[in-house]
Amino acid sequence: MAVAELPQEQTLVRKQRSLWEEAFIRLVRNKVSVASSIFIILLALAAIFANVLAPYDYAEQDLTQNNAVPRWMLPILPGNAANYARITTDYPLGADHLGRDILSRVLYGARVSLSFAVVASLISLLIGTLYGTISGYAGGRIDDLMMRIVDFLYAFPFLVVVILLQTYFKALGRASGMIGFGAKLLAFNDAMGGMLFLFVAIGLINWIGMARIARGQVLSYKRKEFVEAAHAVGASNSRIIIRHLLPNIIGPLIVAETLAIPGYIFTEAFLSFIGLGVNPPTPSWGIMISEAVPALRSYPNQVLVPAILLSLTTLAFNFMGDGLRDALDPRMKQ
Amino acid sequence: MTRYIIRRILGFIPVLIAIALFTFVLMRAIPGGPFDFAGDKSLPPQVVANIEAKYHLDWPMWKQFLSYMIGDDLLGEEGISRGVLRGDLGPSLRYRSQSVNDIIATTFPTSAQLGFLSLLLALMIGLPAGIIAALNQNTWLDYSSTFGAVLFLSIPNLVLAPILIWIFALKLGWLPVASWGAKPPYVLGFLPRLSQLNWDYVSHALMPVFALGTSSAAGIARLTRASLLQVIREDYIRTARAKGLRERVVVVVHALKNSLIPVVTVLGPAFAGLVTGTFVVEQIFGINGMGKHFVQSVGNRDYQVITGVTLVYGVILVIANLLVDITYAWLDPRIRYD
Repeated sequence: MAVAELPQEQTLVRKQRSLWEEAFIRLVRNKVSVASSIFIILLALAAIFANVLAPYDYAEQDLTQNNAVPRWMLPILPGNAANYARITTDYPLGADHLGRDILSRVLYGARVSLSFAVVASLISLLIGTLYGTISGYAGGRIDDLMMRIVDFLYAFPFLVVVILLQTYFKALGRASGMIGFGAKLLAFNDAMGGMLFLFVAIGLINWIGMARIARGQVLSYKRKEFVEAAHAVGASNSRIIIRHLLPNIIGPLIVAETLAIPGYIFTEAFLSFIGLGVNPPTPSWGIMISEAVPALRSYPNQVLVPAILLSLTTLAFNFMGDGLRDALDPRMKQ
Repeated sequence: MTRYIIRRILGFIPVLIAIALFTFVLMRAIPGGPFDFAGDKSLPPQVVANIEAKYHLDWPMWKQFLSYMIGDDLLGEEGISRGVLRGDLGPSLRYRSQSVNDIIATTFPTSAQLGFLSLLLALMIGLPAGIIAALNQNTWLDYSSTFGAVLFLSIPNLVLAPILIWIFALKLGWLPVASWGAKPPYVLGFLPRLSQLNWDYVSHALMPVFALGTSSAAGIARLTRASLLQVIREDYIRTARAKGLRERVVVVVHALKNSLIPVVTVLGPAFAGLVTGTFVVEQIFGINGMGKHFVQSVGNRDYQVITGVTLVYGVILVIANLLVDITYAWLDPRIRYD
């Protein structure tokens, strides 16, 4: 009588995978978030190599070609556009009201938006995680005090504060007479097209939510056995925080930060829209939209190009954040 | 509960004073003042000095702030303001015939209408969309509602507003481009009186309210769906079904009320988003509201208007947060404040 053969050994023993490997495999299975990630990577590459890809410089003007429209865009324009529009073949997406190439400006604008997304989220992640972890780990009076401060700041109207800070920074940039470190900072800010202070203003404001999440996470882990074990073998507080707590709490923080990125991009676009963003002629999608809105009736294409790119980018970040959340915390998926 | 509310309101006072102080000092630290230009020309320095003296801008900062808070007469000086604590936000430095109180009184009702109607729209679209998605999980209804939510979350109002204008006003010609609230029918300061509601009002309001409300609607829809899905798996829902209750009763009475708690949590921040979103929407649609005025005043260095309007925003935010916390206690009797 034939004995049923035992399955091969390797099918019984499942390959051990780390938490992050598991998460990565789950992430790759999510088609929408993979597509979004690819879109973001392509956009990032386009932004990095904007100086190679862009046919013109972002500030290069040809006033004889202002508001030029390529032929394929004519259907977007009003019906009588053929009477007033200047048809061009030199500008693939047309030229703006100052005769600057829209494609080149959109590419350079991606630099602003993406570097903003990266730097603002890094700043707020860094400050927020540090603050929240210390607060939650210390507990007691220190925790109370630190959270009181957070609650206090939470009652401030954020966007209003950002507007005020940005007004202040911009006026400082215009006024000369700063010496020493201040002058260096201002020169650096000018070289970045006014982005440095924008980073500071946004980063300083947005860490608060991150700090709350980090603290909550630390509170839920710091009584766990593995932390107690680390204490028992004599690990120092900083070692426990860095080696034992951070790897466990970083997942939800990254997810929250990814989902916050569209907010940063919006804020940058919004500030540029009301004239408090990057300095002209540095292009940003917000500035391009705000400059083109007055001519919306005649040249809607000048609004639509940056508007669609802005929306696609935030859409991609939202989908990527959702995918990341499902991957890192499968229990959240419903 | 009453004691809790009183304690919270007392707790707001330092926050509001800090907001006032922060705005006040930061604005005055900015290079460039409100009287640098009259029209296109710059004024002679003596004239500027005289005007600044009139508005006490030559005083030391602490004295200026003190006079701003408690009024000039209490300091024994010639008065330009009776002080914030007595409800006087001072004169506008740019529009010299108007006080900040006048400006807020004319612009706030329009902004409040805009914000209130947008919140209403957000709830009216967001809640049903979330509920329908949750009750039909993993059907096409769920997928399309979830996708729509992410889509509208990703379109900022400064993109949505021009696109709406382009489609509905310019291409189709159905709706007017701008100037909502030029002739506002008010009741109680900001709500339109029902007898005055006509197509004219609605057609003007439609696009701004939609442009402002959709992203909040999307956020509410996502959250309602997630929260309702969680609640619907709880034991007490199974119990309710086991008792033989009708499905509608189970969903509305048992599940929905409990699933609303996280939704209420975001209403505070959502409301803040609506309030600040008015900056863009009012600008694009040419609405004479508080947000548009605020952005203008920042450019004009109109210290008093900036500080006054910031304070109004601060008050709105803290009241919204308080209402959220009170709603918690009503939705979840386990939450007690004492």
